[in-house]
Amino acid sequence: MGTKVNLISGRTIVQGQNLDNKLSEKYFDEVATCEMSKEDLERLGVAAGDSAARVKVRTSFGEVVVKAKENAGTPAGIAFIPMGPWANAVVSGETHGAGMPSYKGIDAEVEKTEEEVLRVKELMQTYKE
Amino acid sequence: MGEVTDVVCSLCGCVCDDIVVEVEDNEVKKVKKGACAVGKSKLMGHGRIKSPAVRERKGEGESGELRECSYDEAIKKAAEILAAARRPLLYGWSSTVCEADKVGVELAEEIGAVIDNTASVCHGPSVLAIQDVGLPSCTLGEVKNRADLVIYWGANPAAAHANHMKRYSFISKGFWTAEGKKAKKLVVVDVRKTATAKMADVFLQIEQGKDYLVFSALRALLYGYEDVVPDEVGGVSKEELLEVVKMMKEAKFGMTFFGMGVTHTGGRHNNIVNAIQMTRAAHTHTKFSIMPMRGHYNVAGINQVCTWETGFPFAVDLSRGYPWYNPGELSATDLLIRRECDAALIIASDPGAHFPGESVRHLAKIPVIQIDPFPNPTTEFADVVIPAAVSGVEAEGNVYRMDNIPIRLRKLVETEYLADEEIVERILQEVRAIKEKEGKEGE
Repeated sequence: MGTKVNLISGRTIVQGQNLDNKLSEKYFDEVATCEMSKEDLERLGVAAGDSAARVKVRTSFGEVVVKAKENAGTPAGIAFIPMGPWANAVVSGETHGAGMPSYKGIDAEVEKTEEEVLRVKELMQTYKE
Repeated sequence: MGEVTDVVCSLCGCVCDDIVVEVEDNEVKKVKKGACAVGKSKLMGHGRIKSPAVRERKGEGESGELRECSYDEAIKKAAEILAAARRPLLYGWSSTVCEADKVGVELAEEIGAVIDNTASVCHGPSVLAIQDVGLPSCTLGEVKNRADLVIYWGANPAAAHANHMKRYSFISKGFWTAEGKKAKKLVVVDVRKTATAKMADVFLQIEQGKDYLVFSALRALLYGYEDVVPDEVGGVSKEELLEVVKMMKEAKFGMTFFGMGVTHTGGRHNNIVNAIQMTRAAHTHTKFSIMPMRGHYNVAGINQVCTWETGFPFAVDLSRGYPWYNPGELSATDLLIRRECDAALIIASDPGAHFPGESVRHLAKIPVIQIDPFPNPTTEFADVVIPAAVSGVEAEGNVYRMDNIPIRLRKLVETEYLADEEIVERILQEVRAIKEKEGKEGE
């Protein structure tokens, strides 16, 4: 059973350092993640310090598997995925007449999963199909 | 070559221009001073696109493989795609120099394309708000020398503009701010308790999407209408709001920097209109200014170039023979989601990584020309890949800092890669040659 969250995306310093290095492991490790509060992760059954845990994030616009990561600065009910291909697999392209997609404030459902996280190349391949 | 001083960083909108690097054997060996972690990473470099390439498809529906080729072949193929397209999109332009952007607008005019830049997924809403109500702004130099109150709203410079506080705002020391942060106050407004928020004197942790309400409450309080503000607004107590208003009123020079926390969320440009109106309300008490935290090092520059060439800063349609501007219809995202464009040139940007999946799905299916120094998700579906020199390391040119101050990028090393300007110019010449040939055949 998943938990409902408000999904936002944004920059991180390691994401910025690897802006021109997106096919690297460093970028994958940083950006294919979902930061949540301790209490939300516990509700999903993710044990504290479980660095291998993965979650599936599902919205009306798609679903994506990312690594789960605890962040004390993220309030309960908010899920943060660094800006990049994984966040963008589930955000909305609706621009509300302003040209700007909806990168923040997306209703999402998160659940623990055993599925693997797709690599950049695999994720891009899904768009060709 | 040895030590090079006054190197200009080509990463974020801070465009730091006091960097010292060590260059040996035509290579940047070390960044000695001045750059943040992100800028240093840019200057030291990453793995490159090795050669121009075109995608070979054996059959219908096959994704095909990239085959290395010469610059001449890739540029010719790019021109053929653009000349044949009925609704081409030219997108990117922020991580390159104004000289390349200028030729880009010329190319858009030649083929009747829609030209859009990364502002449409960054501070496009800020541009719309500024067109609506203006912007009481200043330069970063004025912030450094005058501001004793800094507000970061929906921005996390500790991660995204890592030198911003040190060079220009909270931590910097200027003419009237010689004591640095000891004599300054920092307010951070954000949904998450970020690294920037941890440094703040006051941190307003607002509920996601409630920025508009909090701006409105602060406006009311600044105008003296305390009675109309409820006890809690957007997750923030009235006491906290009153504390921030007191700091704003007592400041000699207040400065608000806002980021994508405000532009990406519900309300979009309306949030920024309200932020600007809050600045005006503060003017009834003291000096106050406001500025968007522009992301890429020359996103402000492409807005400048596009405006002086077409009259409009982004999302411009040149298919009618005159410029037509309507961001909600003509942004790259809108065009792609409607599956309207039938070919795209992507330069100095990476929509494969940074566009919503819904729009990438169409981009991956149409002919795409990519001009970039580095392989990235867009490369995975590009049909023509043209590697470029890294501006600010291998090529020089003019860029505009986030406060619209022009600064010239320096060239540090020689390269065999062509600069963006030359690549786009050669595509333009090829397109003209194709059209001339077609014109003669049609006579």
